[in-house]
Amino acid sequence: MKWKARIVVRLKEGLNDPEGRVIGKALKNLGYRIEELKVPKYFEVVFESDEPEKDAEEMCRRLLANPVIHTYSYEIEPLGE
Amino acid sequence: MPRFAVIVFPGTNCDFETVSAIKKAGGNAERVWYKQSLKDFDGAVLPGGFSYADYLRAGAISARAEIMEEVKALASDGKPVLGICNGFQILTEAGLLPGALRPNRIPRFLCRWVYLKVSDAQTAFTQFYKDGEVIRMPIAHAEGNYYTESLDGIRITFQYSDERGNVTEKANPNGSLLNIAGISNEKGNVLGMMPHPERASDKWLGSEDGLKVFRSMVEWARR
Repeated sequence: MKWKARIVVRLKEGLNDPEGRVIGKALKNLGYRIEELKVPKYFEVVFESDEPEKDAEEMCRRLLANPVIHTYSYEIEPLGE
Repeated sequence: MPRFAVIVFPGTNCDFETVSAIKKAGGNAERVWYKQSLKDFDGAVLPGGFSYADYLRAGAISARAEIMEEVKALASDGKPVLGICNGFQILTEAGLLPGALRPNRIPRFLCRWVYLKVSDAQTAFTQFYKDGEVIRMPIAHAEGNYYTESLDGIRITFQYSDERGNVTEKANPNGSLLNIAGISNEKGNVLGMMPHPERASDKWLGSEDGLKVFRSMVEWARR
């Protein structure tokens, strides 16, 4: 069975995000009242699996996220045979 | 003479000068492509560069290469394993050292000379220094901001300092926790450091303060 996972990896709360800070500042310069801007990473993964939840969880834990600094979440949708 | 593997991934770029510094320090060193084996080596060095173009996170892809299993085996045998700059990032990503190297506090590439305090002169890589000695080496990185949730099992080996060895906020170039520039494992045979000792291994380079890292390592491997 084929699946598509949409995975978001975020920095843990309290860790500063220099890239987000700079982008936020640029938006402020455009006149927006920005309070906070963060830059999570977004992945779309198409994969074959009999255990899609388990595989997606492992992909996050073993590579896509670094557990020291990240949290992650994902949604999985079936794409058919 | 102890034989060291200087591991080369796609995008590694400090391999030649690292080999040359190890040879100058009295060791034998060879560049080893990451698909080769580490059999018959007495230690391994992960040199600096931009392996896999820093895709995903600096060091993340290299850390999952098969050769890292052999690096882990060397480390658990007590043999010296040194990661410099990108090599330090690879060691943390591979779980050989705790913590992570985050983007610099000011998000840009920093390339400059810094002073370091040798905070632990009892490791495989610092035994020829004195505790508290102040040395000078270059840094060249965009992700050198060391972060960890716990200092358990960490030996703080090098800290960014001023020229007198004071570990101050002003001397911290990248926002690293406790001004950490290098850490080792509990046994002292695995070291990761952001500064480049191989770029400070001859007077004409501006400093030879880094040579003792390699001399210490060669001596350790001789035992």
